[in-house]
Amino acid sequence: MPSPSFKPSPARVLPRSPAEQRWRPGLTGQPFHSEIFASAAEASGAGLALALVRDALQSADQGADAAAAGDTRQVLWVQDRKAMQLGGRPCVAGLPPDLRHRLIHVAAATPEDALFALEEGLKCRDLACVIGEIAGNPRALSFTASRRLSLTAERHGVRLWLVRLDAAPDLSSARMRWQVRAAPSLLPRWNPAAPGTASWHAELFRARAHAPGEWMLYDDTGTLRICPEPEIERAAAPYPVHLARPTVGRSLAARARA
Amino acid sequence: MLLADARALCPDLAAVPADPVGDLAALEKLALWAQRWGPWSALDPPDGLLVDVTGAAHLFGGEARLLADVVAAFAQRGLMARGALAPTAGAAWALAHYGRRAAILAPDDNPLRALGDLPVAALRLDDDVLTVLRRLGIKQLGELAGVSGASDDPGQEAAARDALRRRFRNHRSPAANPLLRLDQLLGRVPEPLLPVIARPMPMVQRRLLEPLRHRAPLDQVMADLAADMVRALEARGEGARRLELALWRVDGAVVQRRIELAAATREASHIIRLFAARLDDVEAGFGIEMMQLRASWSEPLGLSQTDLDAAAEDHGTALAACIDRLTVRLGAKAVTRPVPRASHIPERAAGWQPPLDPVPALQEPFAFHTRPLKLLDRAEPIAVLYASPDGVPQRFRWRGEVREVTRVEGPERIAPEWWREKSTARLRDYYRIEDAAGRRYWIYRQGIVGDGRGGIPDWFLQGLYA
Repeated sequence: MPSPSFKPSPARVLPRSPAEQRWRPGLTGQPFHSEIFASAAEASGAGLALALVRDALQSADQGADAAAAGDTRQVLWVQDRKAMQLGGRPCVAGLPPDLRHRLIHVAAATPEDALFALEEGLKCRDLACVIGEIAGNPRALSFTASRRLSLTAERHGVRLWLVRLDAAPDLSSARMRWQVRAAPSLLPRWNPAAPGTASWHAELFRARAHAPGEWMLYDDTGTLRICPEPEIERAAAPYPVHLARPTVGRSLAARARA
Repeated sequence: MLLADARALCPDLAAVPADPVGDLAALEKLALWAQRWGPWSALDPPDGLLVDVTGAAHLFGGEARLLADVVAAFAQRGLMARGALAPTAGAAWALAHYGRRAAILAPDDNPLRALGDLPVAALRLDDDVLTVLRRLGIKQLGELAGVSGASDDPGQEAAARDALRRRFRNHRSPAANPLLRLDQLLGRVPEPLLPVIARPMPMVQRRLLEPLRHRAPLDQVMADLAADMVRALEARGEGARRLELALWRVDGAVVQRRIELAAATREASHIIRLFAARLDDVEAGFGIEMMQLRASWSEPLGLSQTDLDAAAEDHGTALAACIDRLTVRLGAKAVTRPVPRASHIPERAAGWQPPLDPVPALQEPFAFHTRPLKLLDRAEPIAVLYASPDGVPQRFRWRGEVREVTRVEGPERIAPEWWREKSTARLRDYYRIEDAAGRRYWIYRQGIVGDGRGGIPDWFLQGLYA
């Protein structure tokens, strides 16, 4: 009988990137299991999860840069019944256009079924990522269950964002844990009285590789960005007038001669 | 005649909805069943069957007995049938429809003499051709045959035949050309027919010497059945989409289990795994003595190269396998794909379909419509404080919390489709709002004051923006 070869724990085979202390959008090598705590009375949890998904897919694409355009892998979105009652189901017309046509929704009756669906999704090699939404702190979602999810995600290399609606941050093995709430939106370009691009106040309160911190984030048509400071934000509404450089100090004639 | 008119004439009329597709399927089954009299049968829709009994009549004791057997067998099934036997399909059709009962045309009979007094409709012609023939004064087959020339004078025959061919020279299809039909009836021209061929579904079964009462041997037999089924499917170049497992118990009860697969598969381990989840609640009773596995729905599936890289094989599952596992545990309705539907009403604009079905092509949504990320299953009523009844709310209460509205966009009026709701349905005015904490919602007012379709309009919250 051949001796069993030594198999390192899948938790340790991750390439350890040089630790970047401060988290910022667009980092590659993000962990595979993240949790996002949000209120069920707003969709900011799902919104931030989708923004992080697009951010991760984009930075992974830049790493590979070959399959940037033709990513047709599906995204699995699992909700348990309570999460659907409290927060509703995803609306196809409101999804980001690059994810609109490749979403598979799983309506699980109980948290146990939702955890099963999450784990099966993580085992599937044809999925881009898995998003879960579970309301409250069900008994099924214990530390052991979250550890199972982490190990499965890291073993198969499929990322998981688990949105926890109205939940207390109890024990979990998620590698990054966010607390998110809605923030006043950016001023839209034409109608200042209307709600603008969604922005969130996100607090990273636990992460392995990064120091905790707080950010104001928004999704700029697929790119996750940090909000500019409020007073700059007022001025930074991009009018086409600003495309022309102001001629300060010197006349145009002097510029042409130079 | 309209059904209402017919009912007025005969009040106790029994009306049954027409089901042409079902009739055709029943006729196909009947055609297969009719192969008991001959090796080869064809459909003659809507209500006919053709069976080739060449060289088979002696098995039933002669042609007359064969026809009697046909009529008796149909009568036993509650169907009334008219049978006829002739050397050609056309002649048999004509005799069955317009001849006397159980007519038999022997090979050495003169067909024109036997069929000469049948109407021209016995030639299986279209209605407009029949009209033309009636106007020409040709009512019986014999007259047409006279025109086409069965007389003794070959010159006259050729001339008459030529006249008929010229009259219908533009009619290529046999059903529009009486000359062609007549030649088919007389056997001068071949008439190709499309036979019905039975295609049995792949089925494997195991009869067991000793009744099974425990789970471990049941799993073993299940694995054997799955391996047999894979072999049967591979021989046909197909993969199963639906599998039905039947377990016969000693006391005669049959336990059925059925799974549907998201994509055609021919993988024994996958089939075993899916059925293992469904066999947990089987009551064995005094034992199971027979197991049968049928693939009642299968699709073509080519042979594919197995993955040589072993690492790639055990690394994760394919999407179809993943969806199968989810469907078997959670039910088919639980795993869906949201697809847009052609409607403006938000709850109708989103449909859910099986995840691997092709998405129907539809117009892209308008870019200036900003729709919420999530829609509540039912719009929830909210209590609203407003400055004017047809304006935007300043404050609202939802789920027990009062929220101050700071930014608003709207209204966007969405009306239901006129063909789906009454004209008195109240229209919805949708507003995108943001409250003081930055939470963004999609709310609507059902109707407007003074539209004459109800009292003070209600407000609802339907969607949550990211």
